Amino acid sequence: MRNEQGLFRHWLSGQVDWSAMLEQDTPAATTAAAEAVPYHPHHDMASARRAIRCGQRAYTVLAIVLCLIFSAFMLLTVANLPSYGSDSAPTVNEVAERYVEKGTEETGAVNTVAGMILDYRAFDTLGESFVLFTAMCAVTMLMNAPGKRRVRKLDYEVLDYYQDPIIRTVCKLVIPIILMFGIYILLNGHLSPGGGFSGGAIMASALIIYALVWGGERASRAIPAKALRIIVLCALGFYACSKTYSFFTGANHLHSIISPGTPGRILSAGLILPLNVAVGFVVCCTMYSFYMYFRRGEL
Amino acid sequence: MEKLFTHLLENYEACVAVVLFVIGLCMLLFDRNLLKKVIGLDIMDTGTFLLLADRGYIAGRSVPIVTDGVTDMANYINPIPAGLVLTGIVVSVSVSALMLSLTVRIYKKYHTLDMDALYLMMSDRRKGGRV
Amino acid sequence: MSFVQNFPFFSIILCLLCAVATFVAGDKWGRRLTIGLLSVSIVLQSCVLWFCASNNTSYAYMMGHYPAPWGNEIAAGIIEPLMALLFSVVLLLSVLGGMDYILKDIPADRRHLYWSMVDLTLVSLLALSYTNDIFTGYVFIEICTIASCALLSAKDTGRTLIASVRYMVFALVGSGLFLIGVIFTYSITGHLLFPQLHETIAALWADGTYRFTMTVAIGLMTAGLAIKSGLFPFHFWMPDTYGRATPASSGILSGVVSKAYILLLIKVIYRAVGIEVFAASGIQSVLLIFGIAGMIVGSVSAIRSKRLTTMVAYSSAAQIGYIYMGLGMGTQAALLAAFLHIFSHALTKPMLFLSASRLADASGGHMDFPSLQGAGHRDVTAGVLFTAGALSMVGVPLFIGFIPKLQFASAAFALTWQKWPVLLALAVSTLLNVLYFLYTAMVLWLPQKDSAAFRPQERRWIASAPAMVLLAIGLVIGIHSAPLTALLQQGFALFCQY
Repeated sequence: MRNEQGLFRHWLSGQVDWSAMLEQDTPAATTAAAEAVPYHPHHDMASARRAIRCGQRAYTVLAIVLCLIFSAFMLLTVANLPSYGSDSAPTVNEVAERYVEKGTEETGAVNTVAGMILDYRAFDTLGESFVLFTAMCAVTMLMNAPGKRRVRKLDYEVLDYYQDPIIRTVCKLVIPIILMFGIYILLNGHLSPGGGFSGGAIMASALIIYALVWGGERASRAIPAKALRIIVLCALGFYACSKTYSFFTGANHLHSIISPGTPGRILSAGLILPLNVAVGFVVCCTMYSFYMYFRRGEL
Repeated sequence: MEKLFTHLLENYEACVAVVLFVIGLCMLLFDRNLLKKVIGLDIMDTGTFLLLADRGYIAGRSVPIVTDGVTDMANYINPIPAGLVLTGIVVSVSVSALMLSLTVRIYKKYHTLDMDALYLMMSDRRKGGRV
Repeated sequence: MSFVQNFPFFSIILCLLCAVATFVAGDKWGRRLTIGLLSVSIVLQSCVLWFCASNNTSYAYMMGHYPAPWGNEIAAGIIEPLMALLFSVVLLLSVLGGMDYILKDIPADRRHLYWSMVDLTLVSLLALSYTNDIFTGYVFIEICTIASCALLSAKDTGRTLIASVRYMVFALVGSGLFLIGVIFTYSITGHLLFPQLHETIAALWADGTYRFTMTVAIGLMTAGLAIKSGLFPFHFWMPDTYGRATPASSGILSGVVSKAYILLLIKVIYRAVGIEVFAASGIQSVLLIFGIAGMIVGSVSAIRSKRLTTMVAYSSAAQIGYIYMGLGMGTQAALLAAFLHIFSHALTKPMLFLSASRLADASGGHMDFPSLQGAGHRDVTAGVLFTAGALSMVGVPLFIGFIPKLQFASAAFALTWQKWPVLLALAVSTLLNVLYFLYTAMVLWLPQKDSAAFRPQERRWIASAPAMVLLAIGLVIGIHSAPLTALLQQGFALFCQY
């Protein structure tokens, strides 16, 4: 019986002897009915192996042919696309023009991309934040194991970064700066490159460094799971509600009280700034919880 | 044929993107290791995003952030692909996280990431027909 | 603008809010919220359907302050709310019917997440029904993929984990191909909304420029959605996925999720690309061939399978083949048949999965045919439901499965070279269906081998009520299909018009 680490090294080299696995696996649940049909592992294995070998050969040939045909078609298509960087491409049409030329006036955002994703095509972006939320739920479902399957201490957790004065001091210095940079990117999303997604990811990196150095347990005491959940709830709820308002007024041709303000000012661009903040919090919490679930199986 | 080749060279960035996509696809199809399949998936997505980003570029123009109040389209590149890439990246991150968590769970349960072995373990023929 | 016209948008937002609320609420409140949400969704979709059908209108709904080529849009005619209604009804009945198993299979500490995922599946299904924008379609496809993978892996056994990985790999290749297709389409048209795409593509095709690129783009989008819905060469993920999950999830995945991808494909074909261009590109004939192959191969695999749910899952592959055959025939009569088949399959499959797991329960948890012998005597309700479902799948008159087959056959006579292959495929596939479904139904009602081995289980009959409702809806449509057919035909006129 090989240990876990040996197996780990084994698959790193890409070779796992599956026949060994086969014998290890427990046979069918022993019920009175199961005993009626005798189980022949050896006979079974030989036929299974033969079938797999045959299947693999056919699969490899098919997959190679498929890949070759596919890449040929793709390259031909690329050769037939409008040339790279040309200003007469079909994509440079009235849609892009309006986003650039009227975007600042209509949405109040100097950053045209932010104006486009959070105002013109806001429904896509609403869906996109919910993709993150869906993934967060799915990862929670798969990885969450509070109490029951407590992860035993692994080697890297024995190595205590907190004891190292250099790492500790540097992190103490760096974490606030990273957090501040993230908040800056978040708040200036409508004025400069950046916005909720990038700002949130940067903020999450600060939290992840904290959890890495000070340990998972201390991090979950500092940022409790409940708080994370409530932040996500509030941010997504606010996002959905505010977009409901603007979609509803837009579709029914009602007057919206949200004004774009003076382009270029920090408090401008109507809903884009609060939406960026909401998205930023969602992204930050999601990324941080991904890290925590992978690290210790709970928030 | 020659015209085709020059066009291909003109669109070299899209070519690279397509090659990346095919590399990712090959990894997905040929590699038995689940973790490498996930990596292949990410490479595939990267290829897609490169293709999308490259479609928005217009030679000699700057990023679509209005500077000095100039709002003429002639100064800026197309902002739409940038927004779409952003969406795509978020989707890709979510999907990778989900795939990796599945990988972790499977490794904890079966101590292997070889997909063939895993399929074999769950195939019906192993249990003498009774399932 | 009438207030009812806001309902598609309201139902989508309501689902999003409920999903978030369920994530924080516990299991009990999550369940109540989800069931309430599904019921509300049914009411809202019915209102929209009633509004559109009585006024004979379709309308586009701006998502924001900017009109069509600039802002996002959703559109509703008759087809869209009708499909959304079907999805909501089947989702609600699958969840209610599989409730015992959800409570048994899924650990209590993650059940609220399961409810959250049901809500998110519903939102993606609604958005896919109503979307008028190809990129919105992509985003919600991904929500649908992730949520359905989570529904699948919620039952925490090793096999469901492996099945989920397999499902995800196929699904992600599918969405990757779809996205590349969207990018190619965007880079030669410059639009993302269906009406504008339709105009530009028609002009480009008439013009003759970018024809090859257009063909590849359409092919990639079709291939992506076909992989995700499990068309023939890519149906290998189906048996594990549908056969191992908790019955409610199997019902949801096979009954509605794969149909949502097909609905998006139909929208892409008819509203964005245009059926003339689609036919001229030659991809239509490819779909026909793969659809027919799927019908035959799926049925043959179903005959060879040794497990009840595996058999039902492979039969899904065959039924998906029917739908793609309808798309490949390309006439409006065939599209009608394809839609009717979507109805028939979506209503029958969850019923089959629910009753199959009850039958297995009555046979000591075994799914193989020798153990199932006489299971119908042990659990009469489930036996009757399964037999009815099997008869419907075979296409016996009075059951819903008969209607689309009749329509397929009558649509085939209007075709040219496709006529005989389609008729032959219908005949062979029906014969194969008879072989495996009637064989199974027979096994269920044979005398029991050793009646002492299995104690008959006490079952509240109310637990099978949702499956009975599914059967009842199917019977009503099967006996009196004229209103649905008329509604669909009225819908097609609105669906393809701008």
